[in-house]
Amino acid sequence: MKYNWNWGIFWQPAADGSGTWLHYLLVGVVWTLATALAAWVIALAVGSVIGVMRTTPNRWAVRFGNGYVELFRNVPLLVQMFLWFFVLPEVVPQALGDWIKQMPPPWSAYFPAVLCLGFYTAARVAEQVRAGIQSLPRGQMMAATAVGFTLAQAYRHVVLPQAYRIILPPLTSEFLNIIKNSSVALTIGLLELTARARSMQEFTFQVFEAFTAATILYLLLNIVIVFGMRWVEKRLAVPGLIAVGGAPQAGH
Amino acid sequence: MLAGFDWDVIQRSLPYLFKEGMTFTLTLTALAMFFGIIFGTLLAMMRLSSFKALSLVAGAYVNLMRSVPLVLVIFWFYFLVPYIGAWILQQNEPVKVGAFLSSVITFTMFEAAYYCEIMRAGIQSIPRGQVWAGYALGLNYWQTMGNVVLPQAFRNMMPVLLTQTIILFQDTSLVYVLSITDFLGAASKVAQRDGRLVEMYLFVAVVYFIISYFLSYLVKRLQARIAVPGKL
Repeated sequence: MKYNWNWGIFWQPAADGSGTWLHYLLVGVVWTLATALAAWVIALAVGSVIGVMRTTPNRWAVRFGNGYVELFRNVPLLVQMFLWFFVLPEVVPQALGDWIKQMPPPWSAYFPAVLCLGFYTAARVAEQVRAGIQSLPRGQMMAATAVGFTLAQAYRHVVLPQAYRIILPPLTSEFLNIIKNSSVALTIGLLELTARARSMQEFTFQVFEAFTAATILYLLLNIVIVFGMRWVEKRLAVPGLIAVGGAPQAGH
Repeated sequence: MLAGFDWDVIQRSLPYLFKEGMTFTLTLTALAMFFGIIFGTLLAMMRLSSFKALSLVAGAYVNLMRSVPLVLVIFWFYFLVPYIGAWILQQNEPVKVGAFLSSVITFTMFEAAYYCEIMRAGIQSIPRGQVWAGYALGLNYWQTMGNVVLPQAFRNMMPVLLTQTIILFQDTSLVYVLSITDFLGAASKVAQRDGRLVEMYLFVAVVYFIISYFLSYLVKRLQARIAVPGKL
């Protein structure tokens, strides 16, 4: 068994001439974060709307919300990525499709990746939002209605402020998921962290150095986010409520 | 929109898609689930062990696996397994490991971390008195675990374990990054050969959806059947 270790590789110039290999990987971190953050905005917005819809008294809104969640949860993320990247430009009106296809890289991969991850994670956020709202005592909504709030006001001033604070921990893990899931975008050509580690391996043959560096960078991202969110959770915890752990869930 | 839709390409490639692709996907899912649950349960027992070193090692492994993307893990094992093979077999050159074996090992090792967390919750949900009762009857650790704790933990956690397996089934599509012919890989090959991306990828999405939806429906029914009335 022989493998030529060469940790100095990170200080050698990268194949694309932009700097060292270390710099090349760090740019990958930036792309990973840029993708995850943009997708997170979509996921939170869409996920909140869908999650709230599933708790309203309107039967059709509930059905639509349930349908959305089932649709996005039961198709693999990679397949969804291909649908956004390969299929969407073909099925929209031709002018729009052509415009999408003429987008220059890296945006041609970035936007489909953000949309895909956003709408995919929205289904998972919707699950959490619904669970958070339903974990509140029914009396909260009843009391809000009793003092004359409309349904929208009750959600805005009574239900949602509590629900969001309760589901902060699961939302943190969804955000960690979106960072990990952004690596799937390498299949459509987005040069994020995993893709850059892979391409560094292809150019330098230093397989284990490249993947070790990527692993450490992902671990660092995780640690920073977990500790940051723990601080936020402590500040926003609802006084008097026992920390909600919740039942174990399957997921990634 | 669907005017130029070519149904024929799907029909023509059905035998290839299912016989080659889906067989690979399902075999990989089944094997990774089987070995993953075994390894995951062992990891859970290690994590809960009073022996500090064991629980530290298992905890570090699980946290590491859960913090990196599956795609990166797939790449790791694809390159690592040949070297580990050479080390085990005492050879000088990396051992050639087929794509199938490599992906079974990858998904077993990766999913075990997730199964571990589920089994840990399952074991912890068993009242302590059960373990003491086991010891009081003179059973040793393995007998108590095997005959008293684990059967109940499995039963309680069955719905979550199965839901995790549905996720595993969807995740196996990521072997695409190694150009392996699983269900998606097969469809992708046909799509690129015939220039029929729209048809093939939509078809793949529909098939995955139907299978996953049906399986989660079964899990929901199972959950309702085994639920303790009045609880939750």
